[in-house]
Amino acid sequence: MCDTCGCSITPANRDTAAAAHAVPVLEGLLAENDRMAAHNRAHFDRHGVLAVNLMSSPGSGKTLLLEATVEALRGELSCAVLVGDLATDNDARRIAAHGVPALQIGTGQACHLDAHMVHDALHRLDLSGIDLLFIENVGNLVCPAGFDLGQHRNVVLLSSTEGDDKPAKYPVMFRAADLVVLSKADLLPVLDDFDPARAEACLRDLASAAPLLSLSARRGQGMADWLDWLRAGHAALRRLRPAAARPHYGVLRA
Amino acid sequence: MHELSVARALLRQVGRVAGAHGGSRVRRVTVRIGPLSGVEPALLAQAFPQARAGTAAAGAELVIETVPVRIRCLACGHEDETAPNHLRCPACGGTDTRLLGGDELLLVSLELEEKVDV
Repeated sequence: MCDTCGCSITPANRDTAAAAHAVPVLEGLLAENDRMAAHNRAHFDRHGVLAVNLMSSPGSGKTLLLEATVEALRGELSCAVLVGDLATDNDARRIAAHGVPALQIGTGQACHLDAHMVHDALHRLDLSGIDLLFIENVGNLVCPAGFDLGQHRNVVLLSSTEGDDKPAKYPVMFRAADLVVLSKADLLPVLDDFDPARAEACLRDLASAAPLLSLSARRGQGMADWLDWLRAGHAALRRLRPAAARPHYGVLRA
Repeated sequence: MHELSVARALLRQVGRVAGAHGGSRVRRVTVRIGPLSGVEPALLAQAFPQARAGTAAAGAELVIETVPVRIRCLACGHEDETAPNHLRCPACGGTDTRLLGGDELLLVSLELEEKVDV
């Protein structure tokens, strides 16, 4: 006799026994997160802000890339940064030292950002006059891939000090990438076991057409292509939403 | 280990659906998970009993349907089952393929208890 299939129900006890009825649902398990992500994306669109979600292993150079990026774009595109960090605000402080709005999202022991955490942080961040919002996700190649934050672009960093087969090991993450950045490329000459061609082959095996850019934020190598990719993304967003280019025109500056 | 977050999101969803059906007790929750969803079925199965405590699904069983990764090649039309990190067309080697399945992360159905009136 069991409690699940109804085999214990006899004519004598039928009126008291609980029967079951099936309810079809067919809804994504992360529907709640996805709704909030759509809300975030609409908020970015209204402000004409291109939102870029940066994901990678810990220590692959996300923060250094952002420091170099906000410096290179100074006077051209205004940047703001949200930093997901388990325990410290070290990265947010490094970026804020460059004079751009940088907010830390403390995730506690959570291994990823979700759309609700980003939404809460947006209440503390004025997007007026901002062109690019970088969301530096928690360093982790597994969990962040599953959660839409409302970003327009996903960038995944793969540093030359990691294995060149990372895209094959973390297909969910690398499939989600709109751009893969091969970081710390200045070390490639001394790291003869990392083959960029092999990394690219692993990426193409995922049927990904995402461009792969090699750069070194520390040495300034390859930064031009990365900056052009950001400029193109921002220009495309403004073309799609021309009104958003001047979100507060006539209100704050009339 | 984001499966606990996924389990909690699942149970909030289950709670809403059960609430819409008169707050019946949930007997069984069926989900469908593909290898490219980023969720590990075994870890979700472990997280579920922790997350279900105190919810409408407190006594519910979790059934996980797993599905394979399937692709269709847009160049040659070939369809095949494949590994999560080999999404090229196995027939022509092309990379212009579309996923037919394998990234599912779905709440498929619930089984709710109801009194049988005779």
